[in-house]
Amino acid sequence: MADAAIAPLLVSQPSSGSSVTTERYPVRIILVATAVVFLVLFLLLPLAAVFVEAFRAGLSAYFAAITESDAVAAIRLTLLVAAIAVPANIVFGLAASWAIAKFEFKGKSVLNTLIDLPFSVSPVISGLIYVLLFGAQGYFGHYLESHNIQIIFALPGIVLATIFATFPFVARELVPLMQEQGTQDEEAALSLGASGWQTFFRVTLPNIRWALLYGVVLCNARAMGEFGAVSVVSGHIRGKTNTMPLHVEILYNEYNFAAAFAVASLLALLALVTLLIKISLEWRYADQIAASRRH
Amino acid sequence: MDARVSNEVNYSGSIRTRERATSQWDRPVDVSVENVVRTFGATPALHGVSLDMESGELVALLGPSGSGKTTLLRILAGLDIPTFGRVLFDGEDALKLTVQQRNVGLVFQNYALFRHMNVLDNIGFGLRVLPWTRRPSRKEIRNRALELLDLVQLSGLEKRYPSQLSGGQRQRVAFARALAIAPRVLLLDEPFGALDSKVRRDLRRWLLEIHNKTGHTTVFVTHDQEEALELADRVVVMSEGRIEQIGTPDEIYDAPNSPFVFSFIGESSALPVRVEHGKIWLDGKLLDLAPGDVPDGPAQLFLRPHDVDVVDNESGAISGEVKVLRRHAGLRRVDLDVGSEQNRVEIELPADLDLNPARSIAFRPRRYRLYPSSQALDS
Repeated sequence: MADAAIAPLLVSQPSSGSSVTTERYPVRIILVATAVVFLVLFLLLPLAAVFVEAFRAGLSAYFAAITESDAVAAIRLTLLVAAIAVPANIVFGLAASWAIAKFEFKGKSVLNTLIDLPFSVSPVISGLIYVLLFGAQGYFGHYLESHNIQIIFALPGIVLATIFATFPFVARELVPLMQEQGTQDEEAALSLGASGWQTFFRVTLPNIRWALLYGVVLCNARAMGEFGAVSVVSGHIRGKTNTMPLHVEILYNEYNFAAAFAVASLLALLALVTLLIKISLEWRYADQIAASRRH
Repeated sequence: MDARVSNEVNYSGSIRTRERATSQWDRPVDVSVENVVRTFGATPALHGVSLDMESGELVALLGPSGSGKTTLLRILAGLDIPTFGRVLFDGEDALKLTVQQRNVGLVFQNYALFRHMNVLDNIGFGLRVLPWTRRPSRKEIRNRALELLDLVQLSGLEKRYPSQLSGGQRQRVAFARALAIAPRVLLLDEPFGALDSKVRRDLRRWLLEIHNKTGHTTVFVTHDQEEALELADRVVVMSEGRIEQIGTPDEIYDAPNSPFVFSFIGESSALPVRVEHGKIWLDGKLLDLAPGDVPDGPAQLFLRPHDVDVVDNESGAISGEVKVLRRHAGLRRVDLDVGSEQNRVEIELPADLDLNPARSIAFRPRRYRLYPSSQALDS
């Protein structure tokens, strides 16, 4: 009897087209439309504009712009900087998050806050710091000059500024995950006879590999795209210390829009490729990613 | 749980494993803990704990949370270091050994299985990380892991990942992984803590079987007195960093040496009484009970709900007013208010007994313990 009384109520719900957690139709339309408009206006349209502008002068102009010697030098420099900065920050990020998540020590919260510093400081300031330290008038300027070491307006300065700007990406991905995972897996591995390194490479690293990969992807995207800090220390020497973002700026300031957008489209392409790699990895290893979550 | 089914199927297989076991597993060791103190900053977690375990013994560390039982287990494992004191394995100083050298099989409450490895790789982990001079071949490791998987009755699940197993199955894999390194001591931290009661009961029986087969000196931590009494050869009751009592389950249950142990093990009620000239007085009324060697003065009378007889004659018995009646399986639980201070006592009576609230009944405890009040205040 009671069942019979309840049944019509249950059946009537789907027919009214809504459940308890669903908003009314107009509200849903407005919310979805707002999200779509924002996406198109702020993400898709600019991205499309880059490619449209890049090919406006035609394919041959496009290829001429990206194969021109200064452009090639900029691309090479950007890849080189990323190839140094990203591994450096992987090592640092792993070490820092390992320390923060698995150990208790004095000054832990200070370290945790310091890691975020590059995010909170304007990139221009992070560039100026290195000029102040290593520039001709800087603290170590005299010493460096007398030993014929050039940091500012050269590759080392660009690498330093990039490392600083991309410093938090890996650690920020890893710390919360490692804290959540705790130390039991490591303790289990140690009690089974594994050494510290074996524990790290066979237990800790596999447990965090997806977060690490994600951190590396983000770190890499930022390393290639970093403008502010690099702009201050690079000196904008064409064909020598110009990275791709700086090269784009120079071309743009010279009203060479087609070439500027052509190089910019390469940068955008790099970003898209990193995202594609990330998506395909997630798709390929979906079951392992699911399994690596806390069970 | 499909365990019970495979239990019977594998029975003859288990017997074979047992014959191999004696030669294959390391000889179990005696474990001694001598005056171990552990402080965390200013907070003491263990105040001078001493304990001897014979080889092959199954010992339960039982206590409420914060009693120091897990700290003691971690010290035995080498995951924590005592501030003072000694830990001996077969007379050898275990504190000089690192976690790795100590060769203990550790099973965590949350199992701590390696989630990126399948069951077989989890079990074989301890063998794969051996230095190459002592490491068995891949095939040997695989066979050994399969053998252990058979021992824990999970054959056929070797390709599964931990996330694809039930809680009880994960527990067994964790167990097999710990056994794979031929441990000298098995340490289990709340081994059944995260499982539901049905699975717990099955696994308890299973743990006893495994222990009988492999014969490891085994220490397990639990806050569940039922589990401790059912499984252990000896129970170590701990409270606030001290050992309250060590004894067989019978000793612990029948002769608890303190009000704490009495009230922690099993259900109990306490009544304030006075001892005078070898007689027990409850609220000015003489009880027909012997005080034993409890000195004159205030004391606490402890009794268990099921250890009472209802009597018609109030003289010499404890009487009280029925307050609450509750059905408890085949019996009826009765809350009584006793004496002018209305102390609440819980007793257990046959369900068919005709009782009404506000009625007064008298009962006599079949078993009871009397503790001087100074001792009761300590706990």
